[in-house]
Amino acid sequence: MTVNDLIEKLDLEVLNLAEGDREITGGYVGDLLSWVMGKAESGDMWVTIMTNVNVVAVASLVDVACVVIADKAEITPDVIEKARAQGINLLRSAKSAYRLCNEQILL
Amino acid sequence: MSEPIRFHFDVDGDNFSSAGEASVQVKRMLRQIGIPAEVIRRVSVAMYEGEINMVIHADGGNADVVVEPGKIIIILADRGPGIADIELAMTEGYSTAPENVRSLGFGAGMGLPNMKRYTDDMKIESVVGEGTTVTMTVLF
Repeated sequence: MTVNDLIEKLDLEVLNLAEGDREITGGYVGDLLSWVMGKAESGDMWVTIMTNVNVVAVASLVDVACVVIADKAEITPDVIEKARAQGINLLRSAKSAYRLCNEQILL
Repeated sequence: MSEPIRFHFDVDGDNFSSAGEASVQVKRMLRQIGIPAEVIRRVSVAMYEGEINMVIHADGGNADVVVEPGKIIIILADRGPGIADIELAMTEGYSTAPENVRSLGFGAGMGLPNMKRYTDDMKIESVVGEGTTVTMTVLF
C-alpha cells in the first residue's frame, strides 16, 4: 500500500505530501521519541499525537514512510514547513491512533 | 575512499528546534557518498540521541563524525555537568531530564540505551563538573 492509497482509504488530511508513491511496509504508534527511534522501522506508518518540530527530525532519521497525526492534534505552520523542507509525508486525522491502525490493518 | 572524511558541528545548547540539524546533515552527506541506508540510519539516530542529550544536560557541545573505509566514528564532547553513575544512566527508563523536555517527547530514559543499541562500540568518558565525551563506532 502506498501513502497515496492510505490518504484516500483513511480520508486523511494532507499537511505535506513529498512522496505519495512511497510504499508503507509496517507501522508504529508512539509519542516518546526515543522509543520511536528505537523501535520504528524504515517504511513504517508512524502514528503519533506529538506535533513539535522534533517529530520531523525523527521521521527523517528513522526514514518512516509517513507520519500520521492522530486526534487532530494541533500543529504549527513552522512544523509543516520543516516537513516540506525535509521531504516528509505529514498527514493528519480526527481519528484516534487506535482507530487509524485498525482501519489501516483492514485495508 | 582512502583518506578519512571528517564532519564537524557545533551543537547549540539552548535550541531544541535546531537539535537534530547536525544529524540530518550527516544523514544527507553519508547518502551522497554512498553509505548503505541501514548504516546511515544507525549513525544518524545514535548521533541525534547524543545531540539531544547535549542540549538537555550540557548546554550544547561539539559533534565530530569521521568516515573511514568500513567504519564511521561519532565523537560527541560537552562541558556539561558530567555523569556520576554511568551504569545507572545506561539503564533503560532512567532519566534526569526536566519536565519541559518530557513534554516534547524526550526524557524517556532511552537515549543512551539507543545509542548503544545502534552502534557496534560505545565509550563514555565523563568527569563530574567537567564534561562528557561519548565515542561511538559503527562498522559496516
